[in-house]
Amino acid sequence: MSATDVALERAFRDEWAVVLAALTRRFGDLDVAEEATQQAFLVAAERWPAGGVPPNPGAWLMLTAQRKALDGLRRRRVRAGAVEALGTVLVTAMEPEEAIEAADAVGAPDPRPFHADDRLRLLFMCCHPALALDARVALTLRLVGGLGPSEIAGALFVEERTLQQRLVRAKRKLRVAAVPFTVPGPGELGARLDGVLTVLYLVFNEGWNASRGARLIRGELCQEAIRLARLLHALLPEDAEAHGLLALMLLHWARADARQDDAGRPVALAEQDRLRWDAAAIAEGTAELESALRRRTPGRFQVQAAISALHAAAPSYAEADWPQVAALYGELARHAPSPVVDVNRAVAVGMADGARAGLAILAGALGRAELASYAPLHAAHAELLERDGRPDLARRAWERAAAASANDLQRRALSLRAERAAVPS
Amino acid sequence: MHYMLLIYGDPAADVPPASPADAFARFEDATAALDSDGALVAGDRLHPADSATTVMFRAGETLLTDGPFVETKEQLLGYYLIDVSDLDAALAWARRLPVVSWGAIEVRPVDVGPPSAPLTRDRAG
Repeated sequence: MSATDVALERAFRDEWAVVLAALTRRFGDLDVAEEATQQAFLVAAERWPAGGVPPNPGAWLMLTAQRKALDGLRRRRVRAGAVEALGTVLVTAMEPEEAIEAADAVGAPDPRPFHADDRLRLLFMCCHPALALDARVALTLRLVGGLGPSEIAGALFVEERTLQQRLVRAKRKLRVAAVPFTVPGPGELGARLDGVLTVLYLVFNEGWNASRGARLIRGELCQEAIRLARLLHALLPEDAEAHGLLALMLLHWARADARQDDAGRPVALAEQDRLRWDAAAIAEGTAELESALRRRTPGRFQVQAAISALHAAAPSYAEADWPQVAALYGELARHAPSPVVDVNRAVAVGMADGARAGLAILAGALGRAELASYAPLHAAHAELLERDGRPDLARRAWERAAAASANDLQRRALSLRAERAAVPS
Repeated sequence: MHYMLLIYGDPAADVPPASPADAFARFEDATAALDSDGALVAGDRLHPADSATTVMFRAGETLLTDGPFVETKEQLLGYYLIDVSDLDAALAWARRLPVVSWGAIEVRPVDVGPPSAPLTRDRAG
């Protein structure tokens, strides 16, 4: 990649959301803003290789995008009344001609005083609970992450046409239902922030535990999630859960190298070569967690990060502080009950108090019909049965786990465990 | 922005005890609050679904049926038409209505497109 390509890449990564968010606020129209931002970046891609990267790429992009937006408005001959009729509540009362004059009078716009809030507004809007979860994920990756639709489709393992439709529908919903471009007020902020954290964690998890396809880890999604978590953390430095989420992602990501072997096959936590863990990521993640815990507002992401930190601190799987891990899963079950938590708690109890104890915890989850196709449940069951000295039952559980897995590499690994369990030791 | 708050519920259902802390106890309270806030455009309770008559014109004939368009356990009990700044404002009212703990409120934005535009299927796209 040439120096210009690198500069363009960096500008894109840093400035996309800044420009888009500022234009959305300034012009009150997400479609105009997105189109204008896209056009500005295209112009940069055309001109910078020949003319050189401008000294202030961010300001250049903002100014160019703003001009494109005004052109877009002129082209659409948007009048304040008609836009209101379309349901946009964001529009200013100015006629386009007035808006143009006002923008020109300001000269080169300095986005700095507002851009932090604007990106936050954009993030909250994209993650609004009025949108279905898959719409929130797609919109966040597109509008805040600046990923292209084909990139997103590839990362989420959906058809590009499906992804495009999802984005179109989501943006129409935002417009027609007048989802506001705001940071929620104090009464709503907690719940809405939890929604944003959920979306970001979903993006990370989709990259970390690729639910479909041939690759185990999709690193580009994990990296994007970490980048967005860093942004949120920078925009809301007082929020403990935002720290907790970043900590959790970093502590997981630290294990990326060890989590798959050279053939891309999954390596269980118990078997991972800890020398391949990224010490710097662990250090940063642990520091973030400590920073979060000092605020004394516990939450599910901090608890999960704490569990991850306990594993990171242990010299081996067996030497982790399992009673503490089990206790933390118990706490997590209070914050955010789910089958995942129940399974993990059973495994932890199995390590702390023996396989029988773990199996007792798992019994409840095993009885639930809706978890019949949850591969990790059967895998945990199989693991505990093996340790309890019941290889035949274990083999059947491994087979159930393999049948339930949608990830090729996971499935093969689980089938392998089934074969090994059948061999009498 | 105008929104319809469509109030759905099963009139025969038992009312569970839990509700949001700031929920209105009765619709009369909700109506009064909406009105004093200037948000109320209209609102009515409807007679139960078995009092409905449904009209259709198919194959050259006007058909009348005794009952609602769709027979469901949850029926449309009533509505509010409100005028508020954005979706969050509409949702803030909806979540406080007495019926949320045992029924549902559908919050639909009103399409205030050009008055001359026909209400055809095309416009839904």
